[in-house]
Amino acid sequence: MTDTSTMSREAGKGDESMAGLEGFEKDQLKGFLKEMLLYRRFEEKAEEAYAIGKIGGFCHLHIGQEAVALGFIGPLRQDDYVITAYRDHTQALAKGVDPNGVMAELYGRDSGSARGKGGSMHIFDVEKGFMGGHGIVGAQVPLAAGLGFAIKYREEDRVCVCFMGDAAVNQGAFHEALNMAAIWKLPVLFVVENNEYGMGTAFSRVSALPVKERAAGLGVPAHHVNAQDILATWTLVEELLEKIRAGEGPQYVDARTYRFKGHSMSDPVSGTYRSKDEVESKVKQEDPISLLRDRLFDAEFLTEDELEEMDREVRAVVDEAAEFAEEAPFPAREELYNHVYSEVNEHGRLFFDGRDREGED
Amino acid sequence: MQTITYREALNQALDEEMERDDTVFLMGEEVAEYDGAYKVSKGLLEKFGDRRVVDSPIAELGFAGLGVGAAMGGLRPVIEFMTFNFSILALDQVINSAAKTFYMTGGQIPVPMVFRGPTGAALQLSAQHSQACETWYVHAPGIKLVTPGTPADAKGLLKAAIRDNDPVAFMEGELLYNVKGEVPDVDDGDFVIPLGKADVKREGSDVSIITHGKMVHVALQAAKKLEKDGVDAEVLDLRSLRPLDVEAILATVHKTNRVVYLEEGWPYAGIGAQIAATIQEEAFDYLDAPILRVTQADVPMPYAKNLEQMAKPDADRVVRACNRVLYRNGSAD
Repeated sequence: MTDTSTMSREAGKGDESMAGLEGFEKDQLKGFLKEMLLYRRFEEKAEEAYAIGKIGGFCHLHIGQEAVALGFIGPLRQDDYVITAYRDHTQALAKGVDPNGVMAELYGRDSGSARGKGGSMHIFDVEKGFMGGHGIVGAQVPLAAGLGFAIKYREEDRVCVCFMGDAAVNQGAFHEALNMAAIWKLPVLFVVENNEYGMGTAFSRVSALPVKERAAGLGVPAHHVNAQDILATWTLVEELLEKIRAGEGPQYVDARTYRFKGHSMSDPVSGTYRSKDEVESKVKQEDPISLLRDRLFDAEFLTEDELEEMDREVRAVVDEAAEFAEEAPFPAREELYNHVYSEVNEHGRLFFDGRDREGED
Repeated sequence: MQTITYREALNQALDEEMERDDTVFLMGEEVAEYDGAYKVSKGLLEKFGDRRVVDSPIAELGFAGLGVGAAMGGLRPVIEFMTFNFSILALDQVINSAAKTFYMTGGQIPVPMVFRGPTGAALQLSAQHSQACETWYVHAPGIKLVTPGTPADAKGLLKAAIRDNDPVAFMEGELLYNVKGEVPDVDDGDFVIPLGKADVKREGSDVSIITHGKMVHVALQAAKKLEKDGVDAEVLDLRSLRPLDVEAILATVHKTNRVVYLEEGWPYAGIGAQIAATIQEEAFDYLDAPILRVTQADVPMPYAKNLEQMAKPDADRVVRACNRVLYRNGSAD
């Protein structure tokens, strides 16, 4: 994902401009920027395609939250698991899922990462350890505990990162799963993408305690991070992964972020639940991409020309993904009944709509 | 042949499958140290250890979901619900995760697991502990559903369910655990009954009582009563509700031309409703009478002994239904 081949910390930099960049290599930092730019451009393309009806259903964009995806997934190994909710496109990209496959899935095509059967909310790629893409708030949290259980059961050296939105911490499934993860010391990193709103309801309006404090009663060590800051996030995640791999059990992070777009494409960016001013100020001051870009400019790690080149490159990837999706075939008719069951038993009937007996309709 | 209880048959199935396949584990409330709320898992903790026989917290949604996740991660979980009544809490994970994952992933991630425990009523447990839960499970494509009524079926079908690559709901009966029956000896080799095969529990030619699960025994009682009255009833035990042995259903309809469906659950959109729809679609011309259903009364289960008895389907009610589809006045009326 990032090229860490050369260490090139330029001499003569003022201490201030380097603040916070210690421990990262120049090319790695530029790689971070390019990666997050890819996520941003991908989502912008999805937004565009949705607006002209190429993508249907619900489509939840991750714009503004890119550092969460990169910060929590970038430090993982290929065989680690990631599982998440329905705002899942960029997390899939971060885990190495082919952008063409993700875009084709949004377009509902057979070449999509889930053969066009999942759509925006259900991106899956088992080869990449990307375990979806789940549509019921909080329901992926017990599944993550189960993946962690399987890892521990087979004594594998793997970790499962489980994302959820802040609203998920009010679901029973969250509490049940964290409790089990804690008692059995399961290798799971629970990440709350705390963008302050569950759809149009401010978290603080429906929760007596802040996100960070919600794991305390369950015995899972809790942390918080400014997840608009990719470097702070990356650093914390590396530290937590080490603890988890050492067998210390689950960890929990309140990852503070902000959604720049509406809850889904069907929702307004601002309105009765949050003001236009609030959104504008967040976009201006807390864009994870601008924040990193400016730090790289200040440190003279990046030039305007390099940034433009970077942007051209990621736009080319995204354009290609859209073209690929556009040209990909729709699923064949027989796909309707394919994959309902993985084992069709020798005896008995599995489907009851009568279509198998009425021939072509 | 060995004569063992339904409980022992289930225990043997679990034991043998856990012995055969290290990815099989058992999780649920009281399954380990307590040996199971109904002692189905007796001795398994001692034999397989707490890695594979795991006591869960009382958190049905959570541990059902954990089971699905573990199956997604390559294990073969057997998740025990102390009763399926409590699994209503877990239905989101059953229907939204277990049943749909293989489809939603475009065939990438199968969910080979078993949800098992007793369904239906026992004795005076009243409304919240006496529900037949078959319909809630069988309604969702992606789930398979098995309902053994005898010790042999319990053993052979549980082994098949554990080996199946899809989520299988395996519904037992509290009142069945002590029922004894003949089961092939362990030394006679692997005893597996494939899913999707119904079993004629009693041959007959006048009327078909089609049923599943513990109602098989009520159907056999009814057949015995009918026999005294000169009526030869066939009892077809479906055993699997999905996959469903439609061939066997049609064969018995072709043979007797008269059907009573007997089930423990409520009538509305119950199992019998589906069976009746299938028969009228595919064997309408073979029917000499409307299909009747004998079900639980369409009310929550009452506690009072007399009311409970009235609410449950029983042999006399089945006899009356058989007489009605035969257009005769039987002695039970």
